[in-house]
Order: sequence, then structure tokens, then C-alpha cells
Amino acid sequence: MESSFFQIQGVNKTFGGLKALNEVNLNVEEGTVHAIIGPNGAGKSTLLNCCIGKLIPDTGTVTFKGENVVGKTAYQINQIGIARVFQTPEIFPELSLIENVMIPAFARRDGNFKLNWFKSLMQEDTIYKEATDILENFGLKDQMMHHAGNMSRGDKRRLELAMSLIQHPKLLLLDEPTAGMARHDTNKTIDTLKKIKESGMTKIIIEHDMHVVFSLADKISVLAQGAIIAEGTPDEIKGNPVVQEAYLGGADDE
Amino acid sequence: MKNEKILKSNNIPLYMVIFSVVVLTMPLWLEPIGAAYPDLLQKFAIFGIFAVGFNILFGLTGYLSFGHATFLGVGSYTAVWSFKLLTMNVLPAIIFSMVLAGIFALLIGYISLRRSGIYFSILTLAFAQMSYNLAYSVLTPITNGETGLQLSKNDPRVVDGLFVEVGQGIPSTNLFGLEMSGYQGFYFCAVLLIIAFYISLKIFNSPFGLNLRAIKSNQTRMSYTGYNTKPYLLAAFVISGMFAGLAGGLLAVTDPLAGAERMQWTASGEVVLMTILGGVGTLLGPLLGVGIIKYLENIFSSIGVKELGDFFSFVPDSMHAFVVDFSSLFVGEGWHLTLGLLFMIIVIFLPGGIMQGFDKIKNLMSKKDKE
Repeated sequence: MESSFFQIQGVNKTFGGLKALNEVNLNVEEGTVHAIIGPNGAGKSTLLNCCIGKLIPDTGTVTFKGENVVGKTAYQINQIGIARVFQTPEIFPELSLIENVMIPAFARRDGNFKLNWFKSLMQEDTIYKEATDILENFGLKDQMMHHAGNMSRGDKRRLELAMSLIQHPKLLLLDEPTAGMARHDTNKTIDTLKKIKESGMTKIIIEHDMHVVFSLADKISVLAQGAIIAEGTPDEIKGNPVVQEAYLGGADDE
Repeated sequence: MKNEKILKSNNIPLYMVIFSVVVLTMPLWLEPIGAAYPDLLQKFAIFGIFAVGFNILFGLTGYLSFGHATFLGVGSYTAVWSFKLLTMNVLPAIIFSMVLAGIFALLIGYISLRRSGIYFSILTLAFAQMSYNLAYSVLTPITNGETGLQLSKNDPRVVDGLFVEVGQGIPSTNLFGLEMSGYQGFYFCAVLLIIAFYISLKIFNSPFGLNLRAIKSNQTRMSYTGYNTKPYLLAAFVISGMFAGLAGGLLAVTDPLAGAERMQWTASGEVVLMTILGGVGTLLGPLLGVGIIKYLENIFSSIGVKELGDFFSFVPDSMHAFVVDFSSLFVGEGWHLTLGLLFMIIVIFLPGGIMQGFDKIKNLMSKKDKE
């Protein structure tokens, strides 16, 4: 079998007696947006954590362009081109917005360590320009000198997205990018994500909000109790009775 | 548009000129408060270097080391050995001090940085206590134990022996013939302080410094951003260890003896106090902290009942004895009490140190301007 762009094969993960992931297989093709949906506790975040070195699966492989990433550290995985946006915003609260986006840009340019302690930040015009541009795209440029910790939750999440995008990752993992956002912010985020979609960046997105999923995803996998129960295009998933029972139906009852 | 605003201080040359002038004119402007004598001025400069270096680790990365006195001690011993074996010239002495302290910092840092937070602090403290005990007893042949390492007439001083006639008595430390005592010693230390401050300023304003601050802010995020944080922390640890080594070497330059007490945990604690008092993570804060603590230690501790009596001569006789007795608690031997109170007040009201106080005043002023 030809190895695809990003491939999860036979991944199992058990916490104590709880089987969180059960023989999960997933193929993500280059340039597509692949959504993973499923009820709470289905193992969606666990799956992502197994992809970025936060958790190590008990068995199975996760390969990115033919390279196994299981066992690699978080920074190595980032350096080969996989970036992640977290469910709770992970930013640098004490630093200004511009610094928050410059740091990942340096990581992309300089690798995982560089002792450039005699170079002044003032000489970093290229990175500075990139950082201001991306903040402008996200409508955050006005606040770029403010501390990131003082922003609203929605802004923090969008800042984190900007931090990931400035690295031009080959694969972007998004863990509920719109969770806890107001409708207005959600729409802004969807617009941004659509824009990135046009750029051809591959994405895996975990989301609860069906509106978001159906407007973005090329392909959807449904995860329930640690196993993939269905996979297909948005239309196929909408019409799938198993999915409706396990997930969409449940959502209607709420 | 230039990116000046991201810098902590946007005009480095101007900043350095002002800083240099202030440091070099210390003998003038410290005169009125009675602190302008060479011994104390040297201490200001030397502990300034120590604190500036410590701040690169503690201020930028947030890793609190309780063992930096080790490097101070290593620096002193190395310098004295350099005086004994090679030459009384101070330049090789301080270079060796920095190199050896750097090696110690590399070893201690490599192991201690396996942990963070309080465990890191405890590990550094453990290493410092081990080093202290080694110096105090086990390694007596190298450190001369309790008595401390001193120069003697019989030292070989091979390099000096090649060039100069061996004279009577113990020669003094010098920089190519310029004696390193009194004001000359101070100016030598002051120039090194200026260089040290410049390096710290550059680090604060570099991508490297930014990454260190990011580690303090959210280390997990740094890993997911593609950084290997270990070498960053180790580099900061070694740089600050070398600053401490330089300070230790300079202590030996101005007074060529080295004792184990220089490595005691109280000495490590002192630099922590200095940094917090002045303002952790600010450029000038640690230096202010040094100034205040060394001033209290040297000036307040020498004030006695007689000086207080004169000072309070305006108080009516009935109260005079009481006022003098009460305030005498805070001077002389009791200067630690003053320091403790001051420290409490600062930490409670200005957790960012004295520099935060300045910021508050500045903000108040600019508000008034707007109104």
C-alpha cells in the first residue's frame, strides 16, 4: 500500500482499564481538510495527542510523509512541519502579541536551538514584517504591543492560530478551534480557516460545531468510544444512519 | 515602520553612554551619602556583575538558582591560584575564573536542569552545599580549608619570575604594572561591570533573550513551537555562572584571598534578595538591589549609638533616650532587621521590585500630564 501524506495505523491507547483508542486507522491526503468528529470522550483529543508527541500510543504507527513520528519529542515533530492549535489557548501570556508570533517564526527559521544572543531583535526586519502582516490579517495588529494574557478568549485563540500559521506548517492540527467562541468570532475564524484552505495546507480538525465542520471539511471521520465508526465526505456522513444515531441524533436531543 | 517598540530599550548606544557615566562617576555622587570609598565602590561593581549575570538566568527564564555562590567561590579560588602559580597580573586570573566557573556551571546546570521549579532550586542548593563542604574540608590541599587560600612569599609565580626580579614580601595584584587596589581597583571592576551590563543588554534584546522569556512564560508551548528548551536554559545557566565566576575572580583581585564562606548558601541567597529587591527581569533592578544591600551592610552596620544620638539631637530630651534606643535596633548589628523590613515592604507592595515602583511613579506622572 502506498504511504499517504499523513497516516495513522492501528493505534491503540489504554488509560488504566479504559480503552481510549481502539485500532484507529486514518489516512489524510495532502491538501485536504480532514475533520474528526465524535461525542465527548470519544478519544478525539487523545488521538491528536498521539500525533504530536504528547502521548505515546501503546501500539500502532503515526507516519508523516513516510516518517514515523511515534517516539519523537514535541519539538522534533514541530520541526518536521506539524503544528498544533490547542483546545485551551496555549500562548505566552506575559509577552506582547508581536513577540508571541515572532517566536514561532524564529523556530521555523533557526531550528530547535540557536545561540543568537548578540543579534538585536531590531535587525529582524523580515520576521517582524511577517509577524505584523499575519497580525493584520487576523485583525490583531492594533493590539500588537499589548500583553497576550489580557486578551479575550476568542482573540487568544486567533492569536494561537496565527502563531501556528506563521510557521507555514505542512500539516496543521486544530483542536476545536471555535470552542467557547461567540458566534461572531466563530464566523471570523471560519473565514480565516477557509482562506488557509485555499492555500492548500493540509489540516486535521476536531470540532463539535457541525456548522464549522460541514463548511470546511473535505472528508470526515466519526470517532465513537475510541473507534472510527464511519468515514466519508460531508454529504455521506450527513446521510449515514449509524452516525446519526451515535452522534448527530444525540446532538439534536440536547 | 521600524520595530523599535518591541525592544526593552530602543537606543543601546545612548543607554550605554549614560550607564557608563553614572558608573564611572560613582565616587562623586556617592560622596554625600558616605559611600564613596574604594572598598565599598569595588563591592558595588563586583556584586553588580554577579547580580546582572544572575538576572540573565532568574530574570529571563524564571529558573531560581540557590547555588550561584558556588561559581563565585570557584572564581575566587581560581584567581588566587593563578596569582600563586603564574602571575600577579589580573587578566589571566579573571579569564581562568570565568572558564572554570563556566565548566562548573555546565556540569551543575546539566544535572539540575533535568527538573524545574522548586526541584531545580533544591538541586542547585544541594550542589552549592556540596561544593561548600568540599572547599571547607575535603579539598583542603586546594582550598586551604577553614583558613582560606592566601598568597605567600614562597609561591612560584612562574610567569612573573621570568620578567621581574623576585622582591621582598608579597607582591600586589596588578594589570600590567597598574596596582589593583583602591580607586584603580574600582575603575577596573567598573569597566568590567559596564561590559557585563552591555552583554546583558544585548541578550535581553536578542531573539535568544526573547526565547528565554518565552520559556519563563510557557515552557510547554515552547516545545510545541519547535524549540528544544534544554540548551536554551543551559546556555543561560552557563552565562550567568560565568558572570558569577568573573565576580568571584574580581573579589580576589581586589583582595587576594579566597575562603569557603564565599560559597555558603547565604551568599547564594543574597544575590536572590538583591535581584528581587531591585526588580527581577529588569535591566537595572538587580544593580539597584546590589546598591541598597551593600550600602545597608556597610554603612548602616557601622552606625552606633553615638551617631544616632547626634542625628536625633533635635528630639526633646525626654524622648531622646527612647528614640535613640529604639532606632539603634535597626542599625549596627541590627542592619539585617532594616533589610528584612525593607524586603517585606517591597515584596508586599511592589512584587516587581523597586523598578516597578519607578514604573508606577512614571505612570502617575503621565496621567497627570494628560489631565
